[in-house]
Amino acid sequence: MAELTPFQTVGPFFAICLGESGCARVATEHAIGRRITIDGTVSDGAGAAIPDALVEIWQANAAGRYAHPDDHQAKPLDPNFTGYGRAPTDDEGRFSIETIMPGRVPGPGDSLQAPHLVLGILARGILTRLVTRVYFDGEPSNADDAILALVPADRRATLLARRAGDDAYELDLVLQGHNETVFFDV
Amino acid sequence: MPGANYRRPRDDIHPPLDFPGYRGTSLRHPRQPLVIVPQTISELTGPVYGHASVTDGDRDLTNRGRGEPIGERIIVEGRVIDEDGRPVRDSLVELWQANAAGRYAHRVDRHDAPLDPNFTGAGRAMTDAEGNYRFLTIKPGAYPWLNHSNAWRPAHIHFSLWGPSFLTRLVTQMYFPGDPLLALDPIYNSVPDPRGRERLIANFDLSLTEPERALGYRFDIVLRGRHATPMEARHG
Ligand SMILES: [Fe+3]
Repeated sequence: MAELTPFQTVGPFFAICLGESGCARVATEHAIGRRITIDGTVSDGAGAAIPDALVEIWQANAAGRYAHPDDHQAKPLDPNFTGYGRAPTDDEGRFSIETIMPGRVPGPGDSLQAPHLVLGILARGILTRLVTRVYFDGEPSNADDAILALVPADRRATLLARRAGDDAYELDLVLQGHNETVFFDV
Repeated sequence: MPGANYRRPRDDIHPPLDFPGYRGTSLRHPRQPLVIVPQTISELTGPVYGHASVTDGDRDLTNRGRGEPIGERIIVEGRVIDEDGRPVRDSLVELWQANAAGRYAHRVDRHDAPLDPNFTGAGRAMTDAEGNYRFLTIKPGAYPWLNHSNAWRPAHIHFSLWGPSFLTRLVTQMYFPGDPLLALDPIYNSVPDPRGRERLIANFDLSLTEPERALGYRFDIVLRGRHATPMEARHG
């Protein structure tokens, strides 16, 4: 068996948002579904903004299908939706993602997962990528989600994007300390 | 569930999130334990890049300006495979680096070393059917940083890969053989297993050298592989 190449920090000077490889805007104007904006912040254990992070998201389309050859579900693909986006934080540690509300996808056993994004954080001072999920506050299916159920109840709120308007959500990614975001080992 | 689950890396493969020698980790590592969750379709899939957006010119970092960048031209070539030796084909490889003087063309790099108007230091390439990639660039210089007194990063090239899923994502750094700064570098030494650290060092390879043009280095990359047969998620 070949041995894995180890992770190393992305550092502060990354340049991996080139060309149309996708920054911040996940859904083009023709994508099908309910358009939403997620305005987020990334902060550290002292409560300070992290101005040099890269947030990456991956999600299903509005029908609950991933634009990936291993998703064999009989649901429509949307040619105008890749499901992938990445956004660097600004000087105030803020990022913004324009996308569509993802549909529900299969979970462990026969379950259906609640609408969610998987999210990775890269930054100086992060030696191995941090992985979390974003769920949506007020979504009734959150109660049945098999992954959320594995998170201690008093920490689940850290995974919920807060409603800030009809189609606007807010999310605080806290790497350490009070209200620390739940990170996963997948 | 699409296919088999990915193997979990051994504990000594990747650096710990809290590594006191690297000061930047102190306020940026979670104090709560990671929550172990099963792999679902959300993690077993991942972004797929179209060939259309990556051109052959993107892998030549020496052709971005009016003239040639200053420095020692190098070819960096390698193969991307998974833990079972299977090629990772048609996959995006991105890299970025400092110029020959150790300065990034980046708004937050304040190192007092010259910028090179002919060098942006960023490139990308797709792997071919065998998982091979190839870049033409210039050898980056070492640069100082503020981690501790008289701290210098060894010469390195940053690499970013996705592979076939969200779980195969890898960001790493390639180093150069024989660099005396490696022994002093907390980022390089954050990798627990000494053999893991060695895998981050490219091999000088005369056969990759283009005579009278550029020296050649080989840097092979191994991404997470899947269990041989589909199985229930370990923690499902
Ligand atoms: Fe660097």
